[in-house]
Amino acid sequence: MIEFHLDGKSGLSPYQQLVRQVRHALRLGLLSEGDQLPKVKDVVADLAINPNTVLKAYRELEHDGLVAARPGVGTFVTGTLSGTSLAALAPLRQDLRRWLAKARRAGLDEESIEALFLTTFRAAAKEDIA
Amino acid sequence: MTVLRAQGLGKKYKRRWALTGCTLDVPAGHVTGLVGPNGAGKSTLLGLAAGMLEPSSGTIEVCGGVPGSGPAQLAKVGFVAQNTPVYANLTVEEHLRLGARLNPGWDDELAHERIARIGLDPAQAAGKLSGGQRAQLALTLGIAKRPELLLLDEPVASLDPLARREFLQDLMEAVAEHGLSVVMSSHLIADLERVCDHLIVLVDSRIRLTGDVDDLLATHRRLTGPRRDVDTLPADQRVVSVRHTDRQTTVLVRTEAPILDPSWDVGELDLEDLILAYLTNPGVERPNLGVVR
Repeated sequence: MIEFHLDGKSGLSPYQQLVRQVRHALRLGLLSEGDQLPKVKDVVADLAINPNTVLKAYRELEHDGLVAARPGVGTFVTGTLSGTSLAALAPLRQDLRRWLAKARRAGLDEESIEALFLTTFRAAAKEDIA
Repeated sequence: MTVLRAQGLGKKYKRRWALTGCTLDVPAGHVTGLVGPNGAGKSTLLGLAAGMLEPSSGTIEVCGGVPGSGPAQLAKVGFVAQNTPVYANLTVEEHLRLGARLNPGWDDELAHERIARIGLDPAQAAGKLSGGQRAQLALTLGIAKRPELLLLDEPVASLDPLARREFLQDLMEAVAEHGLSVVMSSHLIADLERVCDHLIVLVDSRIRLTGDVDDLLATHRRLTGPRRDVDTLPADQRVVSVRHTDRQTTVLVRTEAPILDPSWDVGELDLEDLILAYLTNPGVERPNLGVVR
């Protein structure tokens, strides 16, 4: 079982934060198939948060095929995020390391690297939409 | 399902309109935050919904009936006014007995459990309670009444941070377990961000913005880029606020479509940014009266 928290400075809405925390836990292996997510009632009581927000987050996770609700019992993890991605992670990280070294040699400081990454990332995402 | 519906609702005190042209649909089962500057008409709207005030124009329907129209209607709606009034000469216990007598759906177990948890002495006269304790007593009566709709005017203003969090927890549990609908006014946007999934922004006696919080956040964007005239923006981007420096333009737009113009740096807003943008720029856009779905 994981425990949710809310970060007022994250810039994400509470429902996005819950979704992200579950995805993060799945990726790190803190949650795996068959595990139960905290009951809506308990999250509500813990965080003083709107139950609709929790339901919305769980619905989105369900829609993504990561969890399934069993009426009257709770919401359980059915999918995984770590399995396929872990294998691909190492070579990607190595590529990125090489690229970072190249960027530093070209004289970019951390901020410039971050800005370059973000603008490229966004531009690529936009091309995918269009 | 609608829990509160207003059509052209207005309220006039002597010569001044405290609320005007208010058209609204508040969905059932949601927690609606009511925000706006002091004197914008928040308390007036809540008073009209509770049946404490009579409309000067238009109509309002709450839980399917006219506010304050009879015992059945009164049982459906709970209201805690801003000054959290209690009977000074009655004890805390007598308040609970009164609540049990007057409210058909009274949850006596919840009321006593809550009073014990807060640490109120049942034998103490309500007039001797501190401001925060008085608010806790009034809010306990409001929740234990088990209404369909609970109207709260600045419910947490006089509570300390711990009491505030505990009250919001109790309130959210009631929403989760009993499907309670809530409309609450507050200046504490951080609290609203946690508990509200629906929003009404009132400015100058009018509704400036209303809708589902996540929808509103998803359709508002902050665009930053080289200085330009906002008249050149696509027609589907409605300008909420705009600021120029000699080189840069920052504009806050409402749009359903993705921002495709590559010259803009596109940023998201949090609830506080969104509310402040509407509070500080009352004139840029026509008031939007529709409910966003």
